[in-house]
Amino acid sequence: MYTFASQTKVPDPFCMAESVKIRKGLNIKLKGKAEKVYVDVPISETIALKPADFTNVRVKLLCKVGDEVKSGTALFSDKDNERVVFTSPVSGEVVEIKRGAKRKILEVKILADKEITYEAFKQANPADLSREELIEWLCKSGVWPLIRQRPFEIIANPEDTPKAIFISAFNSAPLAGDNDFILHGHGEAFQTGLDAVAKLSGGKVHLNINANATASKVFTNSTGVQINKISGPHPSGNVGVQIHHLDAVNKGEVVWHLSPQDVLMIGRLFMEGKYDASRVVALTGSQVKKTRYHKTIIGASIKNMIANNLEGEDVRYISGNVLTGTQIDADGYLGFYDTQVTVIPEGNQPTFLGWLAPGFDKFSLSRTFFSWLTPEKEYALNSNMNGEARAYVVTGQYEQVLPMDIYPVQMLKAIMIGDVEQLENLGIYEVAEEDLALCEYVCTSKVDVQHLIREGLDMVKKEC
Amino acid sequence: MEFLRNTLDKLRPNFEKGGKLEKYLPAFDAMETFMFVPGHAAKSGAHIRDGIDMKRTMITVVLAMIPCLLFGIWNAGHQHFLALGQFLDPAEGLSEKIIFGLGKVLPIVVVAYGAGLTVEFIAAIIRKEQVNEGFLVSGMLIPLVMPIDVPLWMVAIATIFAVIIGKEVFGGTGMNIMNPALTARAFLFFAYPTKMSGDNVWVDATPQAGEAVVDVYSGATPLAQAIETGNDVTTINQDPLTVMDMFLGFMPGSIGETSTLACLIGALILLITGIGSWRIMLSVFAGGAVMAMIFNALAVNPFMEVHAMTQLVMGGFAFGAVFMATDPVTAAQTNTGKYVYGFLIGFLAIMIRVFNPAYPEGMMLAILFMNVMAPLIDHYVVQANIKRRLSRVKTA
Repeated sequence: MYTFASQTKVPDPFCMAESVKIRKGLNIKLKGKAEKVYVDVPISETIALKPADFTNVRVKLLCKVGDEVKSGTALFSDKDNERVVFTSPVSGEVVEIKRGAKRKILEVKILADKEITYEAFKQANPADLSREELIEWLCKSGVWPLIRQRPFEIIANPEDTPKAIFISAFNSAPLAGDNDFILHGHGEAFQTGLDAVAKLSGGKVHLNINANATASKVFTNSTGVQINKISGPHPSGNVGVQIHHLDAVNKGEVVWHLSPQDVLMIGRLFMEGKYDASRVVALTGSQVKKTRYHKTIIGASIKNMIANNLEGEDVRYISGNVLTGTQIDADGYLGFYDTQVTVIPEGNQPTFLGWLAPGFDKFSLSRTFFSWLTPEKEYALNSNMNGEARAYVVTGQYEQVLPMDIYPVQMLKAIMIGDVEQLENLGIYEVAEEDLALCEYVCTSKVDVQHLIREGLDMVKKEC
Repeated sequence: MEFLRNTLDKLRPNFEKGGKLEKYLPAFDAMETFMFVPGHAAKSGAHIRDGIDMKRTMITVVLAMIPCLLFGIWNAGHQHFLALGQFLDPAEGLSEKIIFGLGKVLPIVVVAYGAGLTVEFIAAIIRKEQVNEGFLVSGMLIPLVMPIDVPLWMVAIATIFAVIIGKEVFGGTGMNIMNPALTARAFLFFAYPTKMSGDNVWVDATPQAGEAVVDVYSGATPLAQAIETGNDVTTINQDPLTVMDMFLGFMPGSIGETSTLACLIGALILLITGIGSWRIMLSVFAGGAVMAMIFNALAVNPFMEVHAMTQLVMGGFAFGAVFMATDPVTAAQTNTGKYVYGFLIGFLAIMIRVFNPAYPEGMMLAILFMNVMAPLIDHYVVQANIKRRLSRVKTA
């Protein structure tokens, strides 16, 4: 194995750190934060890749049922950009290709070997590789899809050169895992990953740390990047918000971003020459008995994590956080990008005069429920809509939780009427669903904000 | 509760597709969701949702108006007995005043809600949409801006007019351009001016057998008096009326508008809960104060000399600022726009009062005018945002 930590400690050319104070936003205090302990639970026998995790990707299948694959063997690629392949996180046998309506591929399932074998990729110091070579290996090995771009929040195009690359070192979403804990002791792989990322960028690489916490040395000792301090409530950890404040995306510009665990995977790829898809996932939520960190793998089933570890019967399993995650089954699979599993109660029971109740157990941005008297309390919120959809009446709500110089309601209305030009003017290139997830949460009129934003992004992308 | 739930579940099939009463689903649905927040779980997007919904929002606003309503009930009685020369001290005759006030005010409230909700339900059934909660607030606002002597049939007509022409033709709650409650008031103001303005509508001075109205009685509101006398205004019995009296609301006027204190309690509820916009409230008062001070400086007639503080506690200024201008649907929707919108309401309200004594209630006209202008204000605020975004490209 290469050791080049010493070589990369060059004087930092980007010592200009910026600090950004986010004032708008909302921290939803939920029960069930993960305790900072790793728990040893065997990884599930089957794992799956779900094409739906990859926005706007048209799948071209490269495997069939019965194929033997190694970790790093391509399972499918993107029809529109065949360099971008999606590879198996484990070695084993393709046991099922699950299809849904119109034969859309939902899951490619692999029965994993006991001992994982790996495809051989390039083992090298990223500094010694050209940008083109680097991209080639990232694509071949299947880590490329980890790199996503703004605008449109889709997988980055290997042909582009972004004006900057952003890494948010912290996750401010409800109950999200702590990256300082997860990356502890992985300084070398992280730095190697950063070196690779730095080569990809046409400008700076921004590593944004939480100003309100003591960031891990893994982050603060990183070199070749600009370390910025971000403070404030959620969504301050969202990379989209950080991009907006540090180097906003204008029409025609592209910015790439990835998460710290993704950087780690890139680092391991070049250090070990293999696609090591291991992931640390925080198992969280009010319905989990022991909320801990799990060392698992991309696409693993949550079955083993939740076995004998749940409270209550009627629960909702979410791959991701409560605001942006995807609902999955009790034996469902982790999303490609997700580093968190949340289990909350289902809220499908009607409540008598619920809108009149004092509401000590209801959390709200407004102070219409008496819960505002107990700001430190943690809540076990369920999935109930707490009301019905209405036309827009209340104003100024979204603006309280969207820390961007963007008019969210005007943008959503432009989407509803399909006004692409107005969407460009209003800054649709800067946003993704997750940035407006809190708007959806606080909405009195219960508008499907995230769904609309994706509709708008697709609409604009088609016109481009 | 269990029983109620079971009954509703049993009735529901009749209203669903194919049921006998399919057409009336919106009405049934309104009743059902009134009693039970439905067990709808989030299907897409965020898996948890804020506790607030439209019903909670509207009921909070209604709650904020209760102090005005209670004071209005008492004041209806207080003014009545003043005219008869009884219980002159505000502390006296509490129960008599309240009983009298209840007898006058409650029917107006009942008629407003009855007429308005009927129209709302019919509109929902015709449009096959759910009944909107917006009228919960309008139905309370309308009585509070009516003179005590308004005939009930007028309340009904005005309410129906406001709900149909002011709201439903635009597509219902959330789509209307002008505040429905003020539309109702404006309708009566121009259609039946003798019942909505002048000196004889603000106090119920009808004596019972054996009683008589005091000799010095005049039903003119302080606002009407100020045209001639400036700062020197009196009660209906010609006793001097201090700014503090007006602040507390011991004067004739529309039912809910007289007490600035009650309005401020309502404002406090709206601001603490976060339902009302402090930007609008603050800037309305600021706009009114600025205009009044400009008039003070240039005063050429008694009304222009009226102090800023007095202007703000007279008439419906405070009530309009707290409950009418803040209606989120008809106000400016951008935060910057709200400052401009509010300021101009206050500014114009005082200007209309002073320059056009035929319309002493400038507040109503100022708010309606700014309702119409609000989208224009927002347009320019949003354009400024777009320009900022474009200039970012040029400087980069």
